[in-house]
Amino acid sequence: MSSAQPIQSTPATKPQQGRIKCVVWDLDNTLWDGVLLEDGRVTVRPEVVEEIRRLDSLGILHSIASRNDHEAALQKLKEENLADYFLYPQINWNPKSGSVEHIAKAINIGLDAIAFVDDQPFERAEVEHQLPAVLTVDVAHLAEALRTPEFQPKFITDESKLRREMYRSAVVRDEAEQDYAGTSEEFLATLGMEFTISEAQVEDLQRAEELTVRTNQLNSTGRTYSYEELDTLRQDPNHLLLVADLTDRYGEYGKIGLALVERGSPAWQLRMMLMSCRVMARGVGTVLLNHVMALAKAESSELRAEFVETGRNRVMYVTYAFAGFEEVERDGDRVILRSDLGRIQPPPDYLTVTVR
Amino acid sequence: MSEDVRATIRDFITGNFPDLALKDDEDIFELGFVNSLFAMQLVMFIEKTFSLRVPNQELRLDSFRTIDSMAKLVERLSSDAQISTG
Repeated sequence: MSSAQPIQSTPATKPQQGRIKCVVWDLDNTLWDGVLLEDGRVTVRPEVVEEIRRLDSLGILHSIASRNDHEAALQKLKEENLADYFLYPQINWNPKSGSVEHIAKAINIGLDAIAFVDDQPFERAEVEHQLPAVLTVDVAHLAEALRTPEFQPKFITDESKLRREMYRSAVVRDEAEQDYAGTSEEFLATLGMEFTISEAQVEDLQRAEELTVRTNQLNSTGRTYSYEELDTLRQDPNHLLLVADLTDRYGEYGKIGLALVERGSPAWQLRMMLMSCRVMARGVGTVLLNHVMALAKAESSELRAEFVETGRNRVMYVTYAFAGFEEVERDGDRVILRSDLGRIQPPPDYLTVTVR
Repeated sequence: MSEDVRATIRDFITGNFPDLALKDDEDIFELGFVNSLFAMQLVMFIEKTFSLRVPNQELRLDSFRTIDSMAKLVERLSSDAQISTG
């Protein structure tokens, strides 16, 4: 989600591991044998369903681009207990490139993170022509294609299995937000958000590493940390590695925030802080920062934060600035920000914060 | 121009928080509703509406504390831009 790419990027020539985040499926003679509207009865291909389930468990999402009757096709998917696997299914009579583009936007991923599977050469060619970044797959060669590195995620974490559920609850939440007549602040109050901050445990580290790789906008330094580095820092008595979770009444957002602090005197150093773009519109960026500020203040230290301007992380700069941080050093795009911790904003009313 | 700038900023804030009665010299951070999302929206609104860019070094809490201080920032950055382009 965080790595949305420019709409028109050139097709990757080298295999990029884990590039595909969503597979978009045709239905007739791809997911099932036969043509639904002509044959009436179609038979779902068990080997295709097997692949869908396998990829789902790896955290790869699925959708549909089919020229078909919307109601009839959805009905069939429901009968087969498959409907829940597909996010934003596009079942209509429009060109499939349009459907694929719509799906990429709805999920908020780049076109180069999408694979499109269809039995018809014409449909694949149309998508390739309009959207060259999309990886197209002939269903006749499905098994081989799905075992290439593109379909092997770099990270498989506890959250991978939950990813589809998180997106599904996000769909319901987004619909509720669109239908909501009040202000965005009032909408946030309806969510019943619970924000939990805890010290990172060993089982959090894969997701923590993934967050440092995938998060661009709400990331104070853009630096990535490996699992091993994070594990060392976690156990170092001078460092504090914090993870943040968010849930609301629609479901879990998962682990969405990370902060790395080095204790010291007279100043604590906030080496890195990031928030997943999943929670960008939830106004929680300040909450983790304020927690770290309160910890430093309790030990009568001031707090300095490292910041690297990456061109994409201005939201994070604003988060620091509006929490009262000011620049004390600058070397090109590398900045040290400082807060005297004079004022620490309490968490907003629409949120419950738990510290474990 | 100054009153226009103030009115525009005031309208934006009260548009987001309709129940708020906000004076031009009132500290918006004291009111407790400024989260990281609203902060970014406010910065983007000011940049877009007044066709200017607030450099990161200028992104200080004090410049955004009140409607008055935001108007002052806008006026200063606008005249900077005119000097540099003119």
